[in-house]
Amino acid sequence: MSRTLSRLLQLPSIAVLLVWMLVPLSMTLYFSFRKYHLLRPHIQSWAGFKNYQNFIFARKGKGWVWELEFLDFLNVQWLTDLAIATPFATSFVTVIGNTLLLVGSVLFITVVFGLAISVLVNREFAGRGIVRVMLISPFFIMPAVNAIIWKNMMFDPIYGLINVIWTMFGAEPVPWLELYPLQGIITMVAWQWTPFAILIFMTSLQSEDREQHEAARLDGANFIQIFLLLTLPHLARAIAVVILIQMIFHLGVFAEILISTKGGPGSASATLTYEIYKKALEGFNYGLAAAGGVLAIILANLVSIFLVRFVGDNLAE
Amino acid sequence: MKKMTAAALVASALVSFSAAQAEELTIATVNNGHMIEMQKLSSAYEAETGNTLNWVTLEEGVLRQRVTTDIATKGGAFDVMTIGMYEAPIWGSLGWLEALDFGADYDVEDILPAMRGGLSEGGNLYAAPFYGESSMVMYRKDLVEAAGMSIRDMDSWGNVAKVAEAITGDGVYGVCLRGKPGWGDNMAFITTVVNSFGGAWFDADGNPSLDTPEWHAAINFYVDLLTSYGPPGSSGNSFNEILALFREGKCGMWIDATIAASFLEGDGSKVTGKVGYAQSPNATNPVGANWLWAWALAVPAGTQKADAAKGFIEWATSKSYIELVADANGWGAVPTGTRQSTYDNANFQAAAAFADAELSAILSAAPGATDVKPYTGVQFAAIPEFQEIGSEVGQLMSAALAGSMSIEDALAEAQAAAEAIMGN
Amino acid sequence: MTYLARKKILEFIAVTFCWIVAFLVFFPIIWMFMTSFKTEGGAVSLPPSAVPLPGFAVEAIQGSNLPGWLGWLKTAVFEPTFGSYQTVFEREGYFKFLTNSLIVSVGSTLLAMTIAIPSAYAMAFAGGPGTKGILLWMLSTKMLPAVGVLMPIYLIAQTLKLLDTHLLLIIIYALMNLPIIMLILYNFFKEIPREILEAGRIDGATTWDELRRIVLPLAWGGLASTGLLSIVLAWNEAFWSVLLTTTKAAPLTTFIAGYTAPEGLFWAKVSAASTLAVAPIVVFGWLTQRQLVQGLTFGAVK
Repeated sequence: MSRTLSRLLQLPSIAVLLVWMLVPLSMTLYFSFRKYHLLRPHIQSWAGFKNYQNFIFARKGKGWVWELEFLDFLNVQWLTDLAIATPFATSFVTVIGNTLLLVGSVLFITVVFGLAISVLVNREFAGRGIVRVMLISPFFIMPAVNAIIWKNMMFDPIYGLINVIWTMFGAEPVPWLELYPLQGIITMVAWQWTPFAILIFMTSLQSEDREQHEAARLDGANFIQIFLLLTLPHLARAIAVVILIQMIFHLGVFAEILISTKGGPGSASATLTYEIYKKALEGFNYGLAAAGGVLAIILANLVSIFLVRFVGDNLAE
Repeated sequence: MKKMTAAALVASALVSFSAAQAEELTIATVNNGHMIEMQKLSSAYEAETGNTLNWVTLEEGVLRQRVTTDIATKGGAFDVMTIGMYEAPIWGSLGWLEALDFGADYDVEDILPAMRGGLSEGGNLYAAPFYGESSMVMYRKDLVEAAGMSIRDMDSWGNVAKVAEAITGDGVYGVCLRGKPGWGDNMAFITTVVNSFGGAWFDADGNPSLDTPEWHAAINFYVDLLTSYGPPGSSGNSFNEILALFREGKCGMWIDATIAASFLEGDGSKVTGKVGYAQSPNATNPVGANWLWAWALAVPAGTQKADAAKGFIEWATSKSYIELVADANGWGAVPTGTRQSTYDNANFQAAAAFADAELSAILSAAPGATDVKPYTGVQFAAIPEFQEIGSEVGQLMSAALAGSMSIEDALAEAQAAAEAIMGN
Repeated sequence: MTYLARKKILEFIAVTFCWIVAFLVFFPIIWMFMTSFKTEGGAVSLPPSAVPLPGFAVEAIQGSNLPGWLGWLKTAVFEPTFGSYQTVFEREGYFKFLTNSLIVSVGSTLLAMTIAIPSAYAMAFAGGPGTKGILLWMLSTKMLPAVGVLMPIYLIAQTLKLLDTHLLLIIIYALMNLPIIMLILYNFFKEIPREILEAGRIDGATTWDELRRIVLPLAWGGLASTGLLSIVLAWNEAFWSVLLTTTKAAPLTTFIAGYTAPEGLFWAKVSAASTLAVAPIVVFGWLTQRQLVQGLTFGAVK
């Protein structure tokens, strides 16, 4: 194939994505420097950096406590202290922290569970097809439906199944989404995306050399050794794919939050995307939301640079 | 027989506006029971006028973002919009809505004055109420009586707390109240408490006044009441969650929208006939202790089909529409809270045990500006910035309720947030 | 115990474990499905009923004098009802939403594949040193948070008179999924041994022949699973569809937006609506799972 033809064939995809990126991005940049409130159409003027200032520095809360018991062992009080010590608004630090925690936790959970489950299922047995179907089904569920199921039927403090079982043993009902809101959201997202990890890992495991396993076993290697030395390296690329693709989706998680906790209590489960959503479609202050949008793009690119360093080489060689 | 009367009623209601040529109307509505019922009954309207109706049914929050985005950008996606009492005056004064002016048959004077007032701006009616509501106390008569106590109209909050304490236990939570963040969720209820303690969103100069003694007293009382005698997870509860609890007999008392009464007395409820109704409690200020809300139909300015759209609204909010619903589903199922004639109807009084309580709650609600509050609206302030402020403050109050933030800090931050938003 | 016997027992435990894990993962979906057949009151009764039985059996159990230790059975059984489905269908339009979902997700996938196949092919077989950078840049366009560019897209769509059209959603979803499709396809094409192409070229095949006769048949499995993934992602996208459509092009995600949290009890109704909204795509996923499992290698087969 000639170089010209190759360029010609690549052109459409590059061109449309360039337009898709640049046009909205430049408009968002423009709006972020404007006073633009949907319900105050008569105010049309430049805002300078006011929107950014309001989004990042606006107010200094006195004592937002980061309620993440599951991270107690890391002593996250320092996070709170840090948030208070910085010149940034506590709500801004909180949503950035929540976003990173959400993405990180979901990635960790889906990769670990995905690996464990796909290695477990990677054997011949009757009904394997059914098991596989059950395992990947959550991936096909709409995020809104996902949130409805978990909020009402699982986490509800009175009617939720988890609490019904919980209280059967005489325990007090626990308001899960009030005490562990971010963890609740993480559960929903991880439930939906672990199947995606399983899907990719199962596919990848099929091409693994079984004879090599047998040989290793005969040489006295135990299960863990085989997993670490043979399976894991074989899955390296699949893991990279799972991480990169999921990260893109999880930075934008918001339907689950909107329907289950609305970011509360306080900002305990609000992510940057949700915060922007709130400013744009609850407050209708679009200039402010646009400033948030620009910040979100910067954050996404920072995260992606970081990740591409680690997994990018694996992905497209 | 019933069907024939219904058809006759539709016919008579339609005579006046069947002259216009056939149009296709796109209507955005909220997914409440009354609205869904209207969709079913509207086939008669379609048959009579030849107009086609396309329904877009959305959940409240989604509806609000959808119609606001559309009207603010002059999108023209909808010919009829379902909006609330918050939007009507603001949009009206921005010139986004067509003023509504109906014929004598419509009897606009019959619409309850509080409703008319809340949906008007500068003397023009901008949205016609489809159904309206206020808030009131709903309590388990059986439990309260068994405890040897009572709840009066406009009772003191102190007595409410005592009753809640007395009826808590045995699988019943003494009081269930909204806690889920949102200006239409927890803040709707909390604002009525604050009003009754003499507080308001803004002071006479229009500056936010959230860090005042009245707010502190009200929020302290609310948080204390709900954490002591409320169900677990209250910071996630709004109307639906509490309704499910109350119907299963898990709540002793509930202060919320009057519309709830029809569900509590309806099919499948375990508390039918056991519920008493009283006017909302207050501490010092009787004005604004119960809220006022209406879902109303409006026509966006500039639509090509304004006449047909107005014709539809005239049909949907008319007396004869209410009779049509009564004929189809009985008087207990009619949309309430809009017209005096509904409450005057003997059949309705017989069918709805809560009719009197609801009417007096609506009549006593005062949306207009007073010397305590310089803005329109009871549980909200009808200014463009309010949604932004309300959703921020709602989140902070839910944090205070969940105990992840102190009330002092939450109110201080609420004040700071409100000032920042007003200063934009 | 012999090595073989021990291996058998271990295998049995592993398989049992497989079933337990699969059941737990799948359980929320079963529960939603079951709730959709309850009455609104039954959906929030305590303890929750979990055993669907025909009406006479329910009556028999509830009317009988069960011994104390079996008393729980009375509340555990319920008679399935189609009431909620009936309510959902009365609110007309399910099939219209379904059709729109089909048009939009399939249409966007076709559009994206049409753009992606030649590009990915060129990158895989005649890519320059910048190819990897271009692919990662493409992925990074997906990081633009939708809500951050909401107003621009809305205003553009309005100016072009595209609001509430299938075409608008098809274009947006195609652009959204294009980067991922490019990445998968690129890796697929990479796996095709170059020798085959070389051989074809000696026989005088043009680039078009190459693509059509050699590459596409070889990459067919990959194309199919990429398409399936794209359809699933487009089917479940809820942000743009709710914001940009009203009636004519509204897909099932908009349908669901009319069921979350109305005033009143709604668990059974929302479960029925949710079941109807996700059933087509879940069944589709089941039917194609073999394909999906074999196709999404991302070039991991070496």
